[in-house]
Amino acid sequence: MRPTGPAPTQDAPDHSDGYGAPRGLWAALERHRPPGPSNPRWWRSPLRGPWLTSVLGAVLLAALPIVSVTGLLSWVAYGPQFGQAIPADPGWLHLPVFEWPTRPSWLFRLNQGLHVGLGLVLIPIVLAKLWSVAPKLFAWPPARSAAEVLERLSLALLVGGILFEIATGVLNIQYDYVFGFSFYTAHYYGAWVFLAGFAVHVAIKLPTLVRALRSRSLGEELRTPLSRTEPEPPDPDGLVSAAPAPPTLSRRGLLGVVGGGSLLLGALAVGQTVDALRPIALLAPRGRSYGDGPNEFQVNRTAASARIQPAVTGPGWRLALTGGSAPRELSRADLLALPQHTAVLPIACVEGWSTTQTWTGVRLRDLARMAGAAEPGSAFVQSLEESGAFNRATLARNQVLDPDSLLALRVNDADLSLDHGFPARVIVPALPGVHNTKWVRSIEFRSA
Amino acid sequence: MASAVARWRGWYGAHPLHLLALLGALALAGYAAAGAVGAPGAVRMLVWFVAAILASDLLLQPFAALADRGLLATLRGVRRWRGPARVPVLNHIRVPVLGSGLLLLVFFPVIVQQGEQSYIAATGLTMDPYLERWLLLSGAMFLISALGYALRLARARSAGTTRSPQPR
Repeated sequence: MRPTGPAPTQDAPDHSDGYGAPRGLWAALERHRPPGPSNPRWWRSPLRGPWLTSVLGAVLLAALPIVSVTGLLSWVAYGPQFGQAIPADPGWLHLPVFEWPTRPSWLFRLNQGLHVGLGLVLIPIVLAKLWSVAPKLFAWPPARSAAEVLERLSLALLVGGILFEIATGVLNIQYDYVFGFSFYTAHYYGAWVFLAGFAVHVAIKLPTLVRALRSRSLGEELRTPLSRTEPEPPDPDGLVSAAPAPPTLSRRGLLGVVGGGSLLLGALAVGQTVDALRPIALLAPRGRSYGDGPNEFQVNRTAASARIQPAVTGPGWRLALTGGSAPRELSRADLLALPQHTAVLPIACVEGWSTTQTWTGVRLRDLARMAGAAEPGSAFVQSLEESGAFNRATLARNQVLDPDSLLALRVNDADLSLDHGFPARVIVPALPGVHNTKWVRSIEFRSA
Repeated sequence: MASAVARWRGWYGAHPLHLLALLGALALAGYAAAGAVGAPGAVRMLVWFVAAILASDLLLQPFAALADRGLLATLRGVRRWRGPARVPVLNHIRVPVLGSGLLLLVFFPVIVQQGEQSYIAATGLTMDPYLERWLLLSGAMFLISALGYALRLARARSAGTTRSPQPR
């Protein structure tokens, strides 16, 4: 067992009370304690304590970097070198930009599945962690030194940051844009505010976390029933209740409830990205079945909402290939007469859902060669869609040249439906879903 | 050197590295906030940032704590009226309420069909089934919890009544 009272530090002989300057101010503040939750006896739960907080904190410490890095990677996946990542210019706030690979083809699917799925799974853990430290929010005095004022400010970044990221992310995957600002921009900068708070919180609290984790054995806790559940010994941070009520739940019971909540959300999330499990994604926005037909899979942006008129997709439709030495226009019949290639590829949305289908069409690199641009630096694809943020996309060199990158004409042995991009759509392995342009009007092969 | 650090601690309240780390974090957050300031809706972002903290600390957590205290008081009343419970029912209520509440909290938009127009534009589907699905999932959680309670009750009965009843 570790000592449980406030641990004296080696080089602090003259301020064992923890006050910094100006001492008079902090001491006076302490004497004016308001009624209510700043009274330590207000908090009754016998389960709060540094060990419990640290268990939840350790899970978050392991998982939040994964959610953060996958989020920052998705910014790179959108192709910042073509100005199509959002925000377009975040200054220094981005990972090094690299050519987003096309292999493995499920790379973006995995990245976003992890980002959104793990993000959802962590919600109960974040809520439990906040519950476990709630007494500290109201602790009196609110600070005893400049150091504590600054630290509390950084906690506002941490807590505000993670709740802001959860709230905007959860709303965005449900198409609820009630917040009224650009989701991408807010979620991106919000992430950096969170990361600032997170990094400094870890730096300051890691020793406390390690000490608290060592104070009890996890295995022992998992064998402790309610009848033998007792409060943790009093701690210097005041997490342990000064007036604990009799326990109504064991510590393992609490961890089980939190873990159960995570499992529940995880089960709903995983069904959005694994086609066979979709029926269990009951509440997930992409847990719906469209039916069993070849075109009956998840639609993103219907033809009606993109205002695609049937007239422009009819027999008069032509695909314009430009930018090479031999620009040309091709009808759908012309395209169908070219060598066809079939690829089984997932199409994955930044919102964390995906679906894997069998696509057939003409290889983009064959179209490039036909247009007299066998070695293009990039390709600029435009849709028939008149407005909309994603009515165009630039594909990088590797994305044009991958043997599975297609201008798809058919899916699952049937013509594409209008909602899936008839007469032709782009499908590129590991590309963010919205960059697989539908209702393609033209492809311009560029040298850079 | 050691005494200089001690004097600094007495004035500031922590090791100099503590200040350095915090200033670094505040600078990073400030830089990120400055990036957001140029974007449309920056004030709304700030409002949502602050509101997220307040909603969690001053609404969600107190509401959950109050609801739990209400439940405890109700069960105390029931106990006074009917005597001590053979098997405590408290957590058989808490767990499905928490599960159902978590789903409502996370999937609130689809359940109440908020933002349905953009959902229809994206998916071509309506949000109609979600309320029913949430109710079904909640019902299933309560049912499973009730079955678990019935099982424990039956086991306690068959084990005989020699053991003294539990407090709840």
